[in-house]
Amino acid sequence: MIQAILVFNNHGKPRLVRFYQRFPEEIQQQIVRETFHLVLKRDDNICNFLEGGSLIGGSDYKLIYRHYATLYFVFCVDSSESELGILDLIQVFVETLDKCFENVCELDLIFHMDKVHYILQEVVMGGMVLETNMNEIVAQIEAQNRLEKSEVSKQLCSSPGWVEKTWAEAGVCTCVGLCCCETSGNDTHLLSSLSPLKLMDLKVNQP
Amino acid sequence: MSDIVEKTLTALPGLFLQNQPGGGPAAAKASFSSRLGSLVRGITALTSKHEEEKLIQQELSSLKATVSAPTTTLKMMKECMVRLIYCEMLGYDASFGYIHAIKLAQQGNLLEKRVGYLAVSLFLHESHELLLLLVNTVVKDLQSTNLVEVCMALTVVSQIFPREMIPAVLPLIEDKLQHSKEIIRRKAVLALYKFHLIAPNQVQHIHIKFRKALCDRDVGVMAASLHIYLRMIKENSSGYKDLTGSFVTILKQVVGGKLPVDFNYHILLQVLQKYILLLYLTMILTISAIFIFLSLAILFECVHTVYSIYPKSELLEKAAKCIGKFVLSPKINLKYLGLKALTYVIQQDPTLALQHQMTIIECLDHPDPIIKRETLELLYRITNAQNVTVIVQKMLEYLHQSKEEYVIVNLVGKIADVLVLNTVDTYAPDNAWFIQTMNAVFSVGGDVMHPDIPNNFLRLLAEGFDDETEDQQLRLYAVQSYLTLLDMENVLYPQRFLQVMSWVLGEYSYLLDKETPAEVIAKLYRLLMNDSVSSETKTWLIAAVTKLTPQAHSSDTVERLIHEFTISLDTCMRQHAFELKHLHENVELMKSLLPVDRSCEDLAVDASLSFLDGFVAEGLSQGAAPYKPHHQRQEEKLSQEKVLNFEPYGLSFSSSGFTGRQSPAGISLGSDISGNSAETGLKETNSLKLEGIKKLWGKEGYLPKKESKTGDESGALPIPQESIMENVDQAITKKDQSQVLTQSKEEKEKQLLASSLFVGLGSESTVNLLGKADTVSHKFRRKSKVKEAKSGETTSTHNMTCSSFSSLSNVAYEDDYYLNTLHDRGDKELKTFSLNSELLDSESLTELPLVEKFSNCSLSTPSLFADNSMEIFHPPQSTAASVAKESSLASSFLEETTEYIHSNAMEICNNETISVSSYKIWKDDCLLMVWSVTNKSGLELKSANLEIFPAENFKVTEQPGCCLPVTEAESTRSFQYSVQIEKPFTEEILSGFISYHMMDTHSAQLEFSVNLSLLDFIRPLKISSEDFGKLWLSFANDVKQNVKMSESQAALPSALKTLQQKLRLHIIEIIGNEGLLACQLLPSIPCLLHCRVYADVLALWFRSSCSTLPDYLLYQCQKVMEGS
Repeated sequence: MIQAILVFNNHGKPRLVRFYQRFPEEIQQQIVRETFHLVLKRDDNICNFLEGGSLIGGSDYKLIYRHYATLYFVFCVDSSESELGILDLIQVFVETLDKCFENVCELDLIFHMDKVHYILQEVVMGGMVLETNMNEIVAQIEAQNRLEKSEVSKQLCSSPGWVEKTWAEAGVCTCVGLCCCETSGNDTHLLSSLSPLKLMDLKVNQP
Repeated sequence: MSDIVEKTLTALPGLFLQNQPGGGPAAAKASFSSRLGSLVRGITALTSKHEEEKLIQQELSSLKATVSAPTTTLKMMKECMVRLIYCEMLGYDASFGYIHAIKLAQQGNLLEKRVGYLAVSLFLHESHELLLLLVNTVVKDLQSTNLVEVCMALTVVSQIFPREMIPAVLPLIEDKLQHSKEIIRRKAVLALYKFHLIAPNQVQHIHIKFRKALCDRDVGVMAASLHIYLRMIKENSSGYKDLTGSFVTILKQVVGGKLPVDFNYHILLQVLQKYILLLYLTMILTISAIFIFLSLAILFECVHTVYSIYPKSELLEKAAKCIGKFVLSPKINLKYLGLKALTYVIQQDPTLALQHQMTIIECLDHPDPIIKRETLELLYRITNAQNVTVIVQKMLEYLHQSKEEYVIVNLVGKIADVLVLNTVDTYAPDNAWFIQTMNAVFSVGGDVMHPDIPNNFLRLLAEGFDDETEDQQLRLYAVQSYLTLLDMENVLYPQRFLQVMSWVLGEYSYLLDKETPAEVIAKLYRLLMNDSVSSETKTWLIAAVTKLTPQAHSSDTVERLIHEFTISLDTCMRQHAFELKHLHENVELMKSLLPVDRSCEDLAVDASLSFLDGFVAEGLSQGAAPYKPHHQRQEEKLSQEKVLNFEPYGLSFSSSGFTGRQSPAGISLGSDISGNSAETGLKETNSLKLEGIKKLWGKEGYLPKKESKTGDESGALPIPQESIMENVDQAITKKDQSQVLTQSKEEKEKQLLASSLFVGLGSESTVNLLGKADTVSHKFRRKSKVKEAKSGETTSTHNMTCSSFSSLSNVAYEDDYYLNTLHDRGDKELKTFSLNSELLDSESLTELPLVEKFSNCSLSTPSLFADNSMEIFHPPQSTAASVAKESSLASSFLEETTEYIHSNAMEICNNETISVSSYKIWKDDCLLMVWSVTNKSGLELKSANLEIFPAENFKVTEQPGCCLPVTEAESTRSFQYSVQIEKPFTEEILSGFISYHMMDTHSAQLEFSVNLSLLDFIRPLKISSEDFGKLWLSFANDVKQNVKMSESQAALPSALKTLQQKLRLHIIEIIGNEGLLACQLLPSIPCLLHCRVYADVLALWFRSSCSTLPDYLLYQCQKVMEGS
């Protein structure tokens, strides 16, 4: 069983914390910190398994992690999980994130924390691996997105004249406008000019 | 396309809010747009933790205001939740938002609901009280026609759900197992698995549905159900044997490529590990097929399986090949797994390590500490007398480098295991090395190591080895090295190390020539005055000083010490100081009390405290109240507390009640009472002696029996393997010769290391790469622990034989006594006795011929206690215990049955050589489980051992008579265990394994499991109606339930009769249409039952002192009433 899934950056800032076993709040933080220190010490070219963090269960538990650019993905699992299997699962998870966010980066994880959680829910459920096929996961997420879209379009219809107003605004609002085009079925050629925005920096974002 | 849309979507809500006409104060909304963004930006801009804290606190307080404002819309709430989740992730308390998260999940539309559920599952935990508010929502969503809602509900159920509310959703989730969408079915299976984890009793009835899930047409559902089966099979491996076929079929499909190689199949293999027999063929197929397929995770699991199941050479070979693939892989992760696999392998067959020795050497110098540790683990498994120095040195090197506590504890344990705990031999080659290594271990591991380590080390020193002069040298060396260590200034040693030092110095300083005891005392004194020494260590130090004092002729230091510590604030220290002071005044007494070098001899303890009889009698005659045991006092207190009785039973009480019933017992005088108290005291002392003394001082150490295994390592290898190995080695040597010129120096070093590491794994001649035979023989050989062979004996005889080995001159003498006791107990012990004498003979510790012993049997030897070596007075063993020693099952069975009810013997596991059957004996005070092992083959069964896995709900203790070394062909051996319940349950599985050793073959294991139900621990409680009334009032936990009766038992008496027969309840009284019953859960938790009949309904009312017992009993009652 998977006990916890932790994602943090190179400085130990947590980006995603999901425990499948109950730990008190302070212990959770301590686990994140300790795990970070354990993982940070290790080079990228040595093995991805760690044993014997004293906090989660001791010798029966292992940490399996992968390091991607600025982020560490760490899975704490018990002895019934296969090391290579989990390693593969991390890859699947990250690839799914990449597919859903298109070139996922740390900022995506920060600003769409909820979405990351939804994706994770389709991969791991209650500590058990639910699905390992990336296409299936993406399909599930897309089904949810469609739902979201229909909700949003309902919203849009209920507020006429809104589109024009936002078009005048800059930055983020441009981005929003795109969405309106899409959902209300207008021309979509503007999309291409907007694509650089997807990884937009925070500073760009400021009006 | 939709992805891009997605990205932008999340930014929307804020903007919508901004532009929505007429929806609350505009100012609040304007700042809402990207609050999370600004929050994150704010945090990243900050440099110190303190500032971050301040910012978050601000954020939280503004959030608090927002969420509790009535004008906040659900959409704003959704936004707030995300920010709360963020804060919570950073470790700040956002508990004010929990209730709002639940509200959002209840009221919101789909999107908001999703955020709400997510927040709830992140914030709350299973036992959180707010979770109850969510139950209704979950039920509603489960019934929804919208798939997404159902999915969300299932997800949240599997993450967190209150245990008590499971019945509310269980039927809904069961329905979902038939849902047309596979994803729903899959999630439902996982949710049920979760229920199985937290409340196995509640999902018992749907096991049949799990079977359906296993046969589901969707692979995902099937894979999910594997989790459940792994769990259930771990608990009860015999219950699902019929499913093996299905599992194997699935595996075949995976291998045949019909199913995708999925993650979850490694679970399948783990499931299959439990079922050995059917597996051989399949495994062979699998392993060869998977080569083509090469999903490494499954391959690794396969290898693991091959070594976990009963070893078969064909499979082993194939698996070894696979391991090669892993170990030689350039990928570090695979190498790691390869090392792990090797570690499993060499337990079966150490020669396999030889093939990979160069890889292992490389891994030993690997920069990755994890790889290194894994390699050390592997080396630890192949340690023998010849390579121990090198391996321990490597371990120490690693130990010095690592800082993590876990690593230190682990490694220190291993080194110590190699050196000290090892039962037969310590592998240490010589004294100096041994002591130095232990010093290093102690100073690094010190305070984190397992407490057994210093204890075992000290016992090793005290008991010594075969050679007395060798022992003295070892001790002397230890003393000297400790003195040098203590001489060093400004070095802080761990407390444990200091304790070890002080004990050794106290015991063995007399061996020193140069330094006088006074000097040693001075050193100890200096330590005592040191502030960094803990008070526990100080007591050790004072004990050492006390031991040394009689040897020192006059010492100012001692007086100074007494002076200083008699005024110490630490009462314990003061006590020791006073003891020392008084002993110091009477040197003669002190010398006799603390003899030199007698640490490992047994002390006589008068556990009955009979010398206090006079004192007790005097006290009683002066009107003192007799001693009452704790439970009796408590009962009295309880019965006094309840003065007013409003309950119906109160009317019929006589005033005498409890105290009246018990007071007569208290009147009797003198040793009667002290005998009474002695009985409890006796038990305590016994257990004290067994636990406390055994570890530190005792001779009767608890060491697993191992003897006559000198040539174990080299002798154990079967011949064919040896020849294979020879080939391999020749090949290596050839390679060596051809490459010898081109070899770099480094290479040579590695070779050298390899040869020193792997020496002794095969037979001498084959192993040494460089042709240098290592001739180090181990000098240390522990005295054989013959006494262990007799662990089945009573403790008294046990002790005696132990001490009989401590000095040869005593042997005959004590044997006499031993025989006597045997004789007293009757001839049925004769068998054990003769066995015992055989053992003695084989150890050549006594020359007495058997006949002589027999003749001695009839002599009485009252002078036993003249020998001051020992005695403990033992209560007579219960008849059951002595009966248990009968080696033939039949006879013991017969005798047991005369006294107790028992179940029929039932075969629980078997293979071609042995079969194990078990039966239960419901004794008055415990449940006695008897396993009998029948040897079916014609071979001689050398030894058989039964081990029970620890279970959380009960305590299993071995009854005497467990293991006899030789079981002749076709004969039967029985093991007895008494089972005590610790926590009520309905049904539990007791599992364990039997390991046996056949003549001429290797040892093997056989697993079994037995179902225990609560009823096995229920005994009738025979009390009177008055007592019933008293007890009824004193119990707080009650449960009421109406049960419908079938026609056959419509009348109360017949219904109660059923309960009496099936549940072993005691019928106290039947008054009209009411009945009183009582029972107790062993050891002594009473439960009372009041029944009343209306028409065909039986109203049951349970009360007990235990909160859970009534529920469990009710369940059983219902079952019985419905069943009959």
